[in-house]
Order: sequence, then C-alpha cells, then structure tokens
Amino acid sequence: MTLLEITQLKKSFVTPDGDIHAVVDVPSFSMADRAHVALSGESGSGKTTLLHLIAGILKPDSGSILLAGREMSALSEPARDRLRATTIGYIFQTFNLLQGYTCLENVLLGMSFGPGVDREFARSLLSRVGLDQRLKHYPRQLSTGQQQRVAVARALANRPKLVLADEPTGNLDHKTATESLALIREACRENGAALLLVSHDREVLGQFETVQPLHLINQGAAQPEGRK
Amino acid sequence: MTLWLIVLRSLRQHALSTIITALSIALAGGLLMSVWTVKQQSHATFTGVNGGFDAVLGARGSKLQLVLNAIFHLEASPGNLAWQDYMDIKSNRFVELAIPLAVGDNYKGYRLVGTLPELFEKVEYAPGRHYELAEGDSFFDAGRREAVVGSFVAHKLGLKPGDEFHPFHGLIYDEKQQHAATFTVVAVLKPSNTPADRVIWIPLAGLQKMPGHDPKAATDVSAVLVKLKTSNPMTGINLDQMYNKQGNRLTFAWPIGKIMSELFDKIGWFDKVLALVSYLVALVATGSILASIYNSMNERRREIAILRALGARRRVIFSVILLEAAAIATLGMIVAFLFYAIIMTGAATVIRNETGIVLDPYKFNPVMLWAPAALITLGALAGVVPAFKAYRTHVAENLAPTS
Repeated sequence: MTLLEITQLKKSFVTPDGDIHAVVDVPSFSMADRAHVALSGESGSGKTTLLHLIAGILKPDSGSILLAGREMSALSEPARDRLRATTIGYIFQTFNLLQGYTCLENVLLGMSFGPGVDREFARSLLSRVGLDQRLKHYPRQLSTGQQQRVAVARALANRPKLVLADEPTGNLDHKTATESLALIREACRENGAALLLVSHDREVLGQFETVQPLHLINQGAAQPEGRK
Repeated sequence: MTLWLIVLRSLRQHALSTIITALSIALAGGLLMSVWTVKQQSHATFTGVNGGFDAVLGARGSKLQLVLNAIFHLEASPGNLAWQDYMDIKSNRFVELAIPLAVGDNYKGYRLVGTLPELFEKVEYAPGRHYELAEGDSFFDAGRREAVVGSFVAHKLGLKPGDEFHPFHGLIYDEKQQHAATFTVVAVLKPSNTPADRVIWIPLAGLQKMPGHDPKAATDVSAVLVKLKTSNPMTGINLDQMYNKQGNRLTFAWPIGKIMSELFDKIGWFDKVLALVSYLVALVATGSILASIYNSMNERRREIAILRALGARRRVIFSVILLEAAAIATLGMIVAFLFYAIIMTGAATVIRNETGIVLDPYKFNPVMLWAPAALITLGALAGVVPAFKAYRTHVAENLAPTS
C-alpha cells in the first residue's frame, strides 16, 4: 500500500540577486507503507528541502504530495502542522533537541503537539534506545550518540507512519553511526513506521536494500547553479 | 500543561532578565497600590475623624484652620474666644455638648491642650468609644496642675503617672521658653488611633492661668468643640446662619467632614501627580517586558522553529510568548504586595507620627484586585509584539543548518 506519493513537485527559491532557482523538481516518487528507502545525494542536492516539503514545513510551488491518503499541498498551514505532528517523525542531522528540556520532556513535547502525552510510552521509547537511566538528563549532559537516540525516541513518540531522517549519522563517528542507523531502522520496524533517509554517506546507504540517487528523482538537483 | 512547561522553561532559561523585569513590575505595582490606598484611606480617615463632635466654634477666620487646630491638633489657633462665647453656645438650644479648648503651650514639641474633664467623661470620640486610661486611676482634677498624656506622646517621651514636667511656651518647642509651672502626669490614655494620642491634656484653667500668659486672656478659649442635638436636622444650618452669615466675629466650622473633604479637594493635584508617576512607572515596567522578550527572540528562533517542526502551530507559539509576558507580570505583581507592605508601613508610620491618624496597610482595598489585573493585562499586551515576531518565525530557515 502506498504511503507517500509525490507528483510533479516543484519548489524554487529566489536568490539575493533576484534569480529564481529550482531546488526541487520531482516528477514522480512513491514509497510503500513500512518501506525503508534511502536517497543518496551530495550536499546541496535539495535533500533537506525535499524532506521539508514532505513534512509540510515548506509549501511547494506546485505539484502533489499525497501522504497517508491526504493531499499535503492542499492543506492549510495548521492542518499541515497537525498532519506533521501525527503522521511524521523527523530526525535532524543536528538532532535539534531543546536544550532547556530533559530527555523525557523532549519526547513528551513531541507528543504534546500530536495525539497526546503518553508518559509510559515516552519512557518505554527512551528505554528502548538505552536511555532509561538518563530520563532527567539535559541534552548537554549526554554524548552525541545519546543525543541522537533521544532524537530517535522523539521522532517515534507519536507512532508516526513515516520517519524522515536527514543525514542522521552525519555528526557521529563510524562505530556510533552504524549502531545508530541499526537502532533507527529497528525502532521504525518495531513501531510500524516507514523510513525515508537521505544521506551522502556510502556506508550508511550500503545498509539499505532500496537506495535511490536523488539526482535521478530530483531534476532540480541537476541544475548546477540552483540552491539544492 | 505543554504551554506552561514551555513558558516555565523559557523563564528559567532567561532567569536574570525575568527577575529584573518582574522586579520593575513589582515596584510599579507596589507604588500604584500604595499611592491609591494612602489616598483613599487618608481621605476616608481624615474626613471621618471628628473626635465625636459635629462642629468647631472659633475666632473669625478659616474653617479649615479651626478644624485642623481643634480636631487634629495641627496648625495654630486663628485667635481666641471670650468665655461668654463658650457659655452662649453651650446654652444654645441646638447644642447637646460644648467643650472648650485652650492651646498655646507644648512639651518637647507635643502640644498641651487645656480642656474640661467632660471631654473624657461625656464624649464618644468614635461611636461607642470613650477615652480610656491605660495607666493611672483617674483623669485630671480640673483645679490642679495635672496632665493626662496621649498614648503616642507617652510612648515617645516615656511619660508615666507620677512624672512631672514643665511646659514650654508656644506650639513650637523652644527650650528657652520653658514655663516655671510644674504639671504632674496622673494618667496615660489608651490608644484611640486619633489625633488625641499626640496631645498632653491638662485642665483648661491650668493653661489659661499658666504663669507667663497674658492675665487679660485668662478666661479666653481657643476653640469650642460642639456636638449638636441630632433630633433636628436644621440645627447645624441655624448655627451656621447665626455665626457665619449674620455674625462677623466668630466662625462656626460645620460639618467637620465636609471641611476636611475640601482640604483634600485643594491638594487633589498632589494625588494626581503621584498617580501619574505610578502610571508612568507601570508603563515603563510593561515596556521592559516587551523589550526583554523581544531582545531574546533572536536566540529563540531556532527553539521556536524546532517546536514548529514538531507540530506546534503558530498560535501555540504566539500563546507561549503572551503567557510568558503575563507570567512575568504575575510574578512581579506577587512581589508587588511585598513592596506595597513596605511602602505602606513606612507611609502609615510617617502619617501616624505626624498626625496621630492610623492607616491600616493590610485593610482590603479594591486596588489590590484591579491593579494586578491591569498590570498583568498590560504585561500580556506587551507580549503581543514579540509574540507576533515569534508567530512569523520561518521554520525551515531557522532549523539546523541544511545538509
């Protein structure tokens, strides 16, 4: 069953010089429910912009994003916020944990904008990623790998159908990156979530059965002077 | 729960600016409530204090001066009345009670007031309240050089029954002007929380015939306190007509409350200046909320973007900033009550020392409700500008660096 279907998706930005550069131009892309797909692309290839469009953080110039049966581009901003909170989990390269909040609060905050706060599930997620002894620690008190695991728990907090991972291992050393990626994939499988990961790291990409080069999907990425 | 968690965390993260801003609100709130309460309580108290009398009869002059002199024991007497004037009003059919007063001497700055024992025996200085003794067995004997000391004076000068003192001439203390006459303290009054507490009461004749005073004025009095018969509402008007309109030698100050109220009307501009200062301080304080939150917006853009990326709607972000502004104002207003207590205690002490009038800092006043409500509302409104800035935060641009 198709979870995500993108058709004729376009997004451009205006440069400081006033030129318009197409960053995303995806004629067609789809993903099945519970699938794990990796998109390979170099820095500037429009990976983050594509993920922001799928998450509803950015509104496309044109085209369609059908997510879990709902047309993202037709939704109002509050409706996109709601859909993002309930359907999508996002793992950022720099984790984007809220520094003034404990590990548990970071996960609970993610829940609060979605279906609702479930403390037990939040605790179990943090326990699943090996942080059951760090619930009241603040991000600054954790190692980089531990911070990333909090980000994974937060991304899964609302039982999303799709987890978007933007260079999730980019800030980790090789060993931690391997362990972390395995954890992300296992956690997604356990929670029935599909995973769309973008990375330029060959070792990361090598662990996926399905890897699609972004420049083949995104025609915007082919434009050498565009913002990607 | 979520909103408050975000607000509390934000307040904690910006603890220093939160504390400073809240303190400025506290100062503004405390000042506003104090000014308002002092204004209202002093107006109510000063216009309500009459020592149990309805009017004062005195020499031709200012009614206000008469009242201040005879009731509040402030100001100098505008002149003397002949003994016959006292006898005349005492026997007037409209008058229930008339008590003569004589002033002109002091003891270490506290004025001596000569009067008759009837003041203590017959007068209710407030409904149902007579002057009572705290120390000593009886009020003074009208024929002896004895004194009954008001509670405040007794406390300040340490006077007690059996003590002797030599009064000083005039209403202003001058140690070179001491009389030779010796008075003996026979009693100390219980606090009445009226100007009577700041007076040393002596027999009328004791003051009139004090060695050194003009013998020709030995029967004169400074004023007569008058209690009217209440059965006829026209009594005051009749006496007012008789003394003030038909006569030209004496002044009948009636009703006392209205005359004091006119004093407050005259100094009303002072209240307005104080209130204006309070309002300005409140305005500056709420402006400080705006400035402190607005200045923190740059460093908070990423946090806001993260919250938005997690699914927080714009209106949630807007509400968080408004709540934060209101929370700072609320914290400030809680502390404002401490400032209020300090300012009011100081003001009440000064007013009591100077006039004998007691203000109650802890008595409820509606300003204690509307001032916090107004300042918290203003504080929340001050949050609108930064809240709007937060509302407009661009999520994608303020998330982590793009890959």
